[in-house]
Amino acid sequence: MPEILPPSTPGTIRPAETEVGTSLSRDAWHRLRKNRLAVVSAVVLALLSLASALAPWIAPYSYEEQNLAIRAVPPRRGHWLGTDALGRDQLTRLLYGGRVSLMVGIVATGVALLIGVTYGAVSGFFGGKVDVLMMRIVDIIYALPFTIFVILLMVFFGRDIRLLFVAIGAVEWLTMARIVRGQVQSLKKQEFIEAARALGLRRRRIIFLHMIPNVLGPIIVYATLTVPAIMLLEAFLSFLGLGVQPPMSSWGLMVKDGADRMEECPWLLIVPGVTLAMTLFCLNFLGDGLRDALDVRASKD
Amino acid sequence: MFRFIARRFLETIPVLFVIATVTFFMVRLAPGGPFTTEKSIPPEIQKKLEAFYGLNKPLFQQYLDYMGNLLKGDLGPSFKYATWTVNELIWSAFPVSLELGCYGLAIALVLGLGAGILASLRQNSAVDHVSMSLAMLGICVPTFVMGPLLILVFGLTLGWVNASGWESARDRILPSLTLGFFYAAYIARLTRGGMLEVLNQDFIRTARAKGASGKRIIFRHALKGGLLPVVAFLGPAIAGIITGSFVVETIFQVPGLGRFFVTAAFNRDYTMVLGTVLFYAVLIISLNLVVDIVQVWLNPKLRFE
Amino acid sequence: MPLLTVNNLRTWFHTRNGVVRAADNVSFEIEKGETLGIVGESGSGKSVTCYSLMGLIPQPPGKIESGTAVFNGQTDLLRCSAKDLNRIRGRHMAMIFQDPMTSLNPYMRIEDQLIEPLLIHGLHDRAEAVRQGIRALEEVGVPDAAARIRSYPHEFSGGMRQRVMIAMALITRPELLIADEPTTALDVTVQAQILELIKKMQNELGMAVIWVTHDLGVVAGFCRRVLVMYAGRIVESAPTEQLFYRTKHPYTRALQRSIPALQPKGAELYTIAGAPPDLSRRIDGCAFVPRCEFAQDKCKIPPIELKAVEPGHATACVRVQSKEISL
Repeated sequence: MPEILPPSTPGTIRPAETEVGTSLSRDAWHRLRKNRLAVVSAVVLALLSLASALAPWIAPYSYEEQNLAIRAVPPRRGHWLGTDALGRDQLTRLLYGGRVSLMVGIVATGVALLIGVTYGAVSGFFGGKVDVLMMRIVDIIYALPFTIFVILLMVFFGRDIRLLFVAIGAVEWLTMARIVRGQVQSLKKQEFIEAARALGLRRRRIIFLHMIPNVLGPIIVYATLTVPAIMLLEAFLSFLGLGVQPPMSSWGLMVKDGADRMEECPWLLIVPGVTLAMTLFCLNFLGDGLRDALDVRASKD
Repeated sequence: MFRFIARRFLETIPVLFVIATVTFFMVRLAPGGPFTTEKSIPPEIQKKLEAFYGLNKPLFQQYLDYMGNLLKGDLGPSFKYATWTVNELIWSAFPVSLELGCYGLAIALVLGLGAGILASLRQNSAVDHVSMSLAMLGICVPTFVMGPLLILVFGLTLGWVNASGWESARDRILPSLTLGFFYAAYIARLTRGGMLEVLNQDFIRTARAKGASGKRIIFRHALKGGLLPVVAFLGPAIAGIITGSFVVETIFQVPGLGRFFVTAAFNRDYTMVLGTVLFYAVLIISLNLVVDIVQVWLNPKLRFE
Repeated sequence: MPLLTVNNLRTWFHTRNGVVRAADNVSFEIEKGETLGIVGESGSGKSVTCYSLMGLIPQPPGKIESGTAVFNGQTDLLRCSAKDLNRIRGRHMAMIFQDPMTSLNPYMRIEDQLIEPLLIHGLHDRAEAVRQGIRALEEVGVPDAAARIRSYPHEFSGGMRQRVMIAMALITRPELLIADEPTTALDVTVQAQILELIKKMQNELGMAVIWVTHDLGVVAGFCRRVLVMYAGRIVESAPTEQLFYRTKHPYTRALQRSIPALQPKGAELYTIAGAPPDLSRRIDGCAFVPRCEFAQDKCKIPPIELKAVEPGHATACVRVQSKEISL
């Protein structure tokens, strides 16, 4: 029942009723926890990442060790996921492949984040001609068939995995820049930024200490959704033979090998395919869950 | 509207110029050449080949020659297929890719829009949950995983279709499905989201108050706004279908331009690579322009900038 | 015979936090050509009542739990088929909404939206409908109607858009118009114009109007009878003059007291202490008890019902009913 307040008498100021407030992140955390699908996805991802990270220690074999005596063997004891045409243990290759895929996903996302957030924040903050110019560049680059360029890059300039990180990261920063710029633009108009300026804070300080923390929400969501896109791109390139090179393993490479021999050894295709799909599945659900948790308007109820 | 198109057209010319230049230098500066990966050719013949293709001239001269030819619409001879020019190769392979791409896009639109609209009308029902889960699956299973899996199931195990090739009409089914399914999934989710957002707006309530039937509300009031996110997605979707065709054509052995491109890249067939990249660039940019025009048509608020 | 008879309307919303009784046991009548005002704060249930009559309540989570609303002595709006409802709304019964910015379809030209009711109900062919549309725009005072009918909504100002909404609602010459706070979202200068416009149209068409508003001033100028709603229930129902000069419910009196223009200059403004109740909790007895200066224990005992204490003047206050207090 609402409290019954005494009628006001001239001269007194009634204290406002105080509620226990929750911070935005606590609210979001609570909502995320309720989303069972996202939680399950997060758990699965954590397990996978852990297994992949610990690959050098927990894998039963080395990823390049070939045992020609047991080539193309279906799953059985000793080789839980079978072996491929060169006698390499699939489980090992799967774990190492996970390492590569996840590493590419995270590092490249990091690169894209760094470039994109800075670019978008600067462009949105300064506005005017600077903004127009910067966004024009983004528009032009956006219109290019960038994946094709990445393919060219990988074909002609070697198969170095570091180049892969840079190439992929360089493609994905554009949308991040756009999102951050949009957020910064709407933030700029809000009063606490005016207050900061009135206090004479240097612009760099305003951008990094005041604006970017408030943009974190969409950044986190988009980053979580960028990781699977990047993993997909890496797998795609590896499938075409342009990404990770043998004897290193990547899930994309494993799918290619599996596809080549799928008539006789279907497990070589199914195992990496399902693993890749499942990882992407979990990442996407987690990203969706984060988005629902952080943005009340976008939630489904 | 006309000024809009003209302006965009003028903007694309420098873009294409940049693309051509960047690609040219990237390709030429890469280690190795079109003939170095072949089994060893006697040096005199190599010199003659280089002279024939103009590879012995200074790099900048080659660039100018190439640009000059470009303006005439000549993409040069293929290095790999000695008796063909790049123009001829593109002309022979592109129709196949075009057909595949159109089927893929058609599947994406029909399946995606249908599922998305249905799901939005029956929010939180079984239909909604099932279709959105399938859509999620479509997004997460990559093309190059789905393709082989489909071949495994329908081609090898069940034997309903050929495992590869592009001969009969039945051969078209699996490649088109593989190419289009991802985009169908994405479009389904976008459509559902867009429709739900529109259906919750006040002006839909006004339409109901006027006595409009459900069908009328969907098709005359909601659809235009609800499709906006889908149309915005069409640009990237088309680019994606093109790159997706590389993989699909490789898996299903479809004799299209995508497969040629991948092979040319591997073989360092300079002119072929350059020509294909430019061709794709022009294609994507023009299609993006069309998509932008459709967007402006759908959303009158955009017309007055 | 009354044009519309509403009996015991109950519209409840089933949400995760409980059942919100947005409209609880609402009953009233409106005659042909009559102007009825429904007054109340936000959350009082006045809009929900009207939406329920027009079939615009989203179900789920809303649900018309019980009640009847008989239109023209024939159709029960709450129970009829969708087809029958669609035949009445837009044609015999029309509604204009609060926010003209969002209530028009931004993707359609004015022309298409404006003449839509004529086409939906098969009253004219397109060419004739367009002619009528232009005439309708002229009637509501849109200049250069023949040209502007081809514009899009965002090319109009707020006041103009509301005029278009009015033209759209009245183009089929309905017998009943429900106006849900049509001026709240407009500039003050425009408000008066819109009010006059609706009044003029009503006189010309002889239709009944239900005015939903929180503004007592509007009610005083236009309505013959008024219903006062609080917490989803009707607390008082009276002819306008009697409502103002001989109030019979503490809430109505408090509302009148709150009008800033009527208070002495320099004094602290009168506010009704407390806040409207949380409708997701069951309220036994009178809902105004926590904020009422006359509240006593007997006020908390259900049932609280609307009873006529003078001809045409009903109140839900038990103490007034039993003549214990007189306001």
